[in-house]
Amino acid sequence: MIEIRHLTRVYDGVPVVNDVSLTVETGELAVLVGTSGSGKTTLLRMINRLVQPTSGQVLVEGVDTATLPAHLLRRRIGYAIQGHGLFPHRTVAQNIATVPRLLGWPRAQIDARVDELLVLFQLDPATFRDRMPHQLSGGQAQRVGVARALAAKPDLLLMDEPFGALDPLIRAKAQADLRAIQRRLGTTLILVTHDMREAVDLGDRIAVMDGGRLLQYDHPARILTQPAVPFVRDLIGATDRPLRLLSLKTVGDLAQPGDAEGPTIPPEATLRDALAECLWSGRTAVPVQGGGIVTLDALRAEARPQ
Amino acid sequence: MPRLSPPAVLFALIGLAGLALPLVQFKANRIVAGEGVGLADLPHGPWVLPALGAILVLACPARSPAAARLASAVAGLVAATLMLGTAASHLPPPGNSLARVAPASGFWLLALAFGLMLADAVNRLRPSLALRWVMLAGAVALTAGILVSGVLDGVSVMREYATRRDLFLREGQAHLALAFGSLGLALLAGIPLGIVIFQARRWRGPVLGALNILQTIPSLALFGIMIPVLGWVAATIPGAAQAGVSGIGTFPALVALFLYSLLPVVSNTLSGLSGVPAPTQEAAVGLGMTRAQVMAQVLVPLALPVLLAAVRIVLVQNIGLAVIAGLIGGGGFGTFVFQGLNQTAMDLVLLGALPTIALALVAGIALDLLVQGTRRGAA
Repeated sequence: MIEIRHLTRVYDGVPVVNDVSLTVETGELAVLVGTSGSGKTTLLRMINRLVQPTSGQVLVEGVDTATLPAHLLRRRIGYAIQGHGLFPHRTVAQNIATVPRLLGWPRAQIDARVDELLVLFQLDPATFRDRMPHQLSGGQAQRVGVARALAAKPDLLLMDEPFGALDPLIRAKAQADLRAIQRRLGTTLILVTHDMREAVDLGDRIAVMDGGRLLQYDHPARILTQPAVPFVRDLIGATDRPLRLLSLKTVGDLAQPGDAEGPTIPPEATLRDALAECLWSGRTAVPVQGGGIVTLDALRAEARPQ
Repeated sequence: MPRLSPPAVLFALIGLAGLALPLVQFKANRIVAGEGVGLADLPHGPWVLPALGAILVLACPARSPAAARLASAVAGLVAATLMLGTAASHLPPPGNSLARVAPASGFWLLALAFGLMLADAVNRLRPSLALRWVMLAGAVALTAGILVSGVLDGVSVMREYATRRDLFLREGQAHLALAFGSLGLALLAGIPLGIVIFQARRWRGPVLGALNILQTIPSLALFGIMIPVLGWVAATIPGAAQAGVSGIGTFPALVALFLYSLLPVVSNTLSGLSGVPAPTQEAAVGLGMTRAQVMAQVLVPLALPVLLAAVRIVLVQNIGLAVIAGLIGGGGFGTFVFQGLNQTAMDLVLLGALPTIALALVAGIALDLLVQGTRRGAA
């Protein structure tokens, strides 16, 4: 569990992060979202003390991070950034092994961990272990950057715009993969983005920031349906709201008994996909794989605040 | 008419001019002006002359393979050198130890033409890094072999060498000590200074400005300034003279070379470190490296190619500049150069100049290869 208590950072008399408090439960994925200059990155960097807080506390599993030497704290917290920041003079394996080596793991354990992570991120160890970063595609480099952040099995992973440098098609896949891996490993993850859509797609909870203040910290559905202030509503974009809301639930959640014509839709598809299918094929109901249907009326009801 | 390679034509023109001019000068003694002797008038000359001409002309077509050019260039260089030795052993009448045979314009132009052809051929071959090292070692071994074999012993420069063998070795060591010593000192002081101004941004302007001013002082003037300044230090500060400080000799020479070396080392350290991408540095800190680990494991290895480029600049520059040290009694090959100038004995000047050029060439090429090696690793 990560507790942020009254965290403030002042630069030249101007508060960049102003009295922010929030708690991220173990295994949760929290997204800090806001425009540039909102203080979201500064808040993230205060968690691993790349930025020293002016006042306030960060507690990781109940331990005040200010009581640890900064570099030892950072070895326990994974960190991945936009543009991945891989060391260009080291191989993929050496890059991933960075933190385990700093921690003095035995050689054999490091090698095994590197291969394990490469497999987890769908990179064939024999092919990629000895590649240099400049020989990787953008998507591969991004995955190696995240693998490096996870190498020493940190309890907490911090990511600053990790998908910012990827083109849209690769980004969607990388987001889905990250979500799956985070669920599987049970890692607590705090991610910074300026993209509300990314926040809604990924976050268990979303923290909306503006001008250094935390405006709202809640589950995506509540952020969408009950924005605390007009700014949050603007950030979501009124025209996108119903579609975003639909993207939070899967077809499986809404399936009801019945029969419908035409091609089926898988139960793990989002309601948004189901709506698109209905509209495109001109049907009022779509059969779900393995039984049941999703009706246009049910979708319509889900797309409104309840 | 086949298409011609412009550089090869230029080399051929230089070489053909060399063949037309006298290969050596035959002098009654080491100081008087002599008379030129052409290649054709030497033993074997009547067939070596057309052979060298043919080699030069055959390299001209653009289709001429690089490997053949390389072989031609080496053959040409060796042939010109051997003919120089032949002239030295045949021209003086038996028993006359005063007569001198010195390389003349013809020899120098031939050496230039084949040397350029060699460099051009190596470039075209694009040999691997390992092969380049082998080529460099081969060139050094071949040169040493020719010198040791004794075929050139009759040539004037070698005659000067023969009478100063011990002195030559001593001045050679002094020269290397000056060049490498000043480089070592500059690295010891310059790398930390570069790291400091990398981290303390506001010191960059003043430090680089001061070093820039130092760099613009002409070398002779700097050596001149050293004499009164260090002389005064040696005379007034107790213990300074005992510690080796003096107005003339090795110490001021070392100080001057050190000062000249600082700017390249400091500015390349700075630009090398500044060239490390910001996300890379941020990641290094964010993953939990200490400041020292960031420096040693990330910043310095990534700045290394630029740093080695500075070592190359400084070493080649100092091997050349160390000649001036001869002027203030600092030792080195410059001693022969200035003695020779005073005695109008060009052979003695060459005894100082030729090894300096050879050292600078070998050091420059070797460091280029090192830089390429590290670039490849870091690319």
